Amino acid sequence: MYIVASLAIVMTMCLALTRALLGPTVYDRVLAVNMFGTKTVLLLAVVAFLNGRTDFLDLALAYALINFIGVLAVLVFFQSSRERAAGKPGEQR
Amino acid sequence: MNRPANSPPTARRRSARYWLRMSATLLLFMAVWLVWSGYMKPLLVSLGLLSCCIVILLSTRMGDLEEETGWLGVLPRLPAYWLWLAREVVISNFTVARIILSPRLVLDPVMVTLEADAQDPFGQAVLGNSITLTPGTLTVGVETGRLRVHCLTQAGAEELLRGDMNRRVAALTRR
Amino acid sequence: MAIVLDALSWAMLVGGALFVLIGGIGALRMPDFFTRMHASSLTDSLGPMLVLGGLALQSGWSLETVKVLAILLFLLITGPTATYALGHAASVAGLKGGTREYRASDPREPRA
Repeated sequence: MYIVASLAIVMTMCLALTRALLGPTVYDRVLAVNMFGTKTVLLLAVVAFLNGRTDFLDLALAYALINFIGVLAVLVFFQSSRERAAGKPGEQR
Repeated sequence: MNRPANSPPTARRRSARYWLRMSATLLLFMAVWLVWSGYMKPLLVSLGLLSCCIVILLSTRMGDLEEETGWLGVLPRLPAYWLWLAREVVISNFTVARIILSPRLVLDPVMVTLEADAQDPFGQAVLGNSITLTPGTLTVGVETGRLRVHCLTQAGAEELLRGDMNRRVAALTRR
Repeated sequence: MAIVLDALSWAMLVGGALFVLIGGIGALRMPDFFTRMHASSLTDSLGPMLVLGGLALQSGWSLETVKVLAILLFLLITGPTATYALGHAASVAGLKGGTREYRASDPREPRA
């Protein structure tokens, strides 16, 4: 059963990767990468129980933290580079 | 930081509410440390206590603990709201799943503006996140108490504008 | 009793995986960016709730249960926040995608 769940999650990760490759806008790609990240967290949690190695749960939480911060950082980066391209001073926050 | 220039950095006069907030935050941090370490050795626990205190000190200097967000008062009312929200999430998940799996995608995306009943930023943040958590509705902007919401179907927009979630969040985060 | 709990947790695990998969299919099938976000919110709400809930039931009452539930709580708070940041950035950038304005009760509609 753990195998079934992890296979479904891996398939979803493949679908998300396809969406990231197809694009078309940069926001679609960020959305796909965010989806890929949260699915990684779920996969880590399921694999922790599949192998009986519950220290994987710590990795899952660390990955969730990194994923969240990473997506926000990418968005801030794109917003500020867009503003710089438009010749506006970057808004704080 | 906007404190008077002549007061020392460590102002003595902290309100009782500050100490309450600080100890609650410290308890939360310590609980997280204990859950994730799982060891009860004196050395590790005291190291944990030390790092929690450092984080509290940093948050105090950043002014994070000065703000009255009111999350402590929300805690007792939270379980009932979560139960209701879980029900909504399950219902809307099935709705959206049916839309995705239908052979012809019948979509009618609309954009609506919702006046938040909750007056403070904390309540509006809770409302926005609850709306986003429910599939089929998506907060894409919040400005002076008005939420811009993208809805997958017009039925979802009508359901949202009926304001059930709006009222419940306002009651949840009421002081 | 133990068997009932076991069956329930398996059902939750498989059901959650199914919802995650449906969300993935939706993210690929949907025609434009905002509708894709709705599909991906399927994998951010009920999917984790069922999968991690099933795992929590499997582990009985132990430290692992608390960890799994803490991960779930964290995902349920940060997921919508990241989605909001993404949707806000996209709408500021001017993505529309066949969306029309709908107003029912609010005549004081600000310009989008």
